[in-house]
Amino acid sequence: MIEFLNRLFGREPSSQTAKERLKLVLLSDHLSLAPDVIEALKRDLFEVISRYVEIDAANCDVTFEQREKQVAMMANIPILGMQKRPVPPAPPASHTNGSPKPPRKASANGNGTPRRRRRKPPQQQTMPQPQLAQVSPQPT
Amino acid sequence: MSARRIVLTSGKGGVGKTTTTANLGAALAKSGKRVVLVDADIGLRNLDLVLGVEKRIVFDLVEVVEGRCQLRQALIKDKRLENLSILPAAQTRDKTAISELQMAEVIQQLAALCDYVLIDCPAGIEHGFRNAIAGAAEAIVVTTPEVSAIRDADRVIGKLQERGLPVRLIINRIRPEMVRSGDMLGVDDVTEILSAELLGIVPDDEEVIDTTNRGEPIALIAESRLGAIYAKIARRLEGELVPFTVLGAPSFFERLFRKAG
Amino acid sequence: MINQVVQDEVPVAGDLPRVRGRAIVVTSGKGGVGKTTTTANLGTALAALGASVVLVDADVGLRNLDIVLGLEARVRHHVLDVLEGLVTLDDALVTDKRVPKLRLLAAAQTREKDDVDTVAFRDLIGTLRDRFDYVLIDCPAGIEKGFVNAIAGADEAIVVCTPEVAAVRDADRVVGLLGDDRKVELIVNRLRPALVRKGKMLSVEDVNDILHLPLLGVIADAPDVIVSTNRGQPVALDPASEVGESYRAIARRITGQDRAAPEVPREKTFFGKLFGGRS
Repeated sequence: MIEFLNRLFGREPSSQTAKERLKLVLLSDHLSLAPDVIEALKRDLFEVISRYVEIDAANCDVTFEQREKQVAMMANIPILGMQKRPVPPAPPASHTNGSPKPPRKASANGNGTPRRRRRKPPQQQTMPQPQLAQVSPQPT
Repeated sequence: MSARRIVLTSGKGGVGKTTTTANLGAALAKSGKRVVLVDADIGLRNLDLVLGVEKRIVFDLVEVVEGRCQLRQALIKDKRLENLSILPAAQTRDKTAISELQMAEVIQQLAALCDYVLIDCPAGIEHGFRNAIAGAAEAIVVTTPEVSAIRDADRVIGKLQERGLPVRLIINRIRPEMVRSGDMLGVDDVTEILSAELLGIVPDDEEVIDTTNRGEPIALIAESRLGAIYAKIARRLEGELVPFTVLGAPSFFERLFRKAG
Repeated sequence: MINQVVQDEVPVAGDLPRVRGRAIVVTSGKGGVGKTTTTANLGTALAALGASVVLVDADVGLRNLDIVLGLEARVRHHVLDVLEGLVTLDDALVTDKRVPKLRLLAAAQTREKDDVDTVAFRDLIGTLRDRFDYVLIDCPAGIEKGFVNAIAGADEAIVVCTPEVAAVRDADRVVGLLGDDRKVELIVNRLRPALVRKGKMLSVEDVNDILHLPLLGVIADAPDVIVSTNRGQPVALDPASEVGESYRAIARRITGQDRAAPEVPREKTFFGKLFGGRS
């Protein structure tokens, strides 16, 4: 009877509510249960971030939280400083001398740190070097 | 040729694993297959009760494993179906009484004697579950269309897939009238969420309580609605393409004039 | 409507001097008879009476107390996080906005029951008793480590049993394992009076002829429990629900407010069936 009145007043059927809740809770369950996928996700995430800023890879962390209507990923990434020269966006089709460097390959050592050191900038570079802001490590 | 070894599991307790094991086993035996049912719920055995053989237990699974009897001595032949036998669990021990290896060995021995070994798995995902799946080559997950059951079924499906076991799904105790009114998840909802191959849909039927009280699997009652459904599931298990029955709730008149049994 | 239920009930524990809370494990042996639903609803009803209540989910790996309560989105930490010292108890306790005096301590989903140290769990229950009027522990199915952990620290038990042969048999086993130093009471769940009358279902007397336990309550089978789990809204919050009323009555019996013998639900009349669902 109560359900009849609920639907009369436009409330969604409980099976619909159940389905939505289940999908969310299972997503949350699955994310906690697939450690290898999460490790791969973390590696890639930290690698991308570290192209722009220097990160404290040993103290990075990623967790998943279920909010009211969604699951959110929370990443805690301590920043140590700016990279000397940020990697620009994807290279254009034709490469000429002095063109932007190709994007960095994914690191192979599993902890998000870049595998190689930055190459030396080309001689024709005329942009002023950015000041290195000394950012103190974020508390984890 | 060796038997098919199938574990019936769920994660959540009380969704109908034992009832399904008993009835699917009976349906297969009725169709001419030689079937052995194994109760892996050591300490809380119930397969014997559902089949009505509880007074005939002499030896059990643990005693077989511990070498205190022969396997054949522990098997109880069903008096109604000559192709059906059951290996009961021990009641006064617990699930740590046997190891996965020991369980797998018993199942292998049984597989040489019949066409189907159906293993009734206890609730949970610990020792009892691991033992039950140890000897199996296939799995049937039983769930009801309820939130907790589906969540647990999902967990169990994950574990089974980790072990490389092919998984099929039986949706048990569905109430078509509640699905229609939006008060219960429907078949499509469940298969969407669990994404496992559907083997059977069994409606809720209060006759099951009565038949369990009497120790008579409903699959043995030819005129029963559920009997026909379990027969179809058995055929599907054999590889036949059997369409799913479109379920309606029994009509007012069906309910009024429903015969007993 | 929901607030109506919470405010009308007279608070019991508020004015009394602090005595140690009661730790009650809700168990059964057989799975699927209604332990989690009972824990959630009794906890809600007790809190609505004004008692401070904490619900502890001891079903590690297959947690469901959170989802039955509709609190699954708010769980951040669980019992093992607390036992392993990763977070404080207060961090892990989930508040229920609908029922201010109720807290939930969730189980871990990705661990196993063997990971829980029995002594540590027992001590945790002791700590909770110092802070709450009632500690209700939702026991997993079975009689293995999960069960052993869940009963540790609880000096009272509620055995939930449906009127079905397998459930009664398992309940009997559990009663044996609970031992003699605990207060053990029975709730018969999912009774169908019409089937009992037709002789197709065990009666409450039949069940208790075997179990010989003091009867705490009898709850009828009703479809609104399924709907309530779909929504994550315990029936004890619904003043129109008969099952909700059964749970509220049991709560009053637990607190001692109500000393009358439990009522056995009666078969519904034709009109009752029309408006109230199955009998």
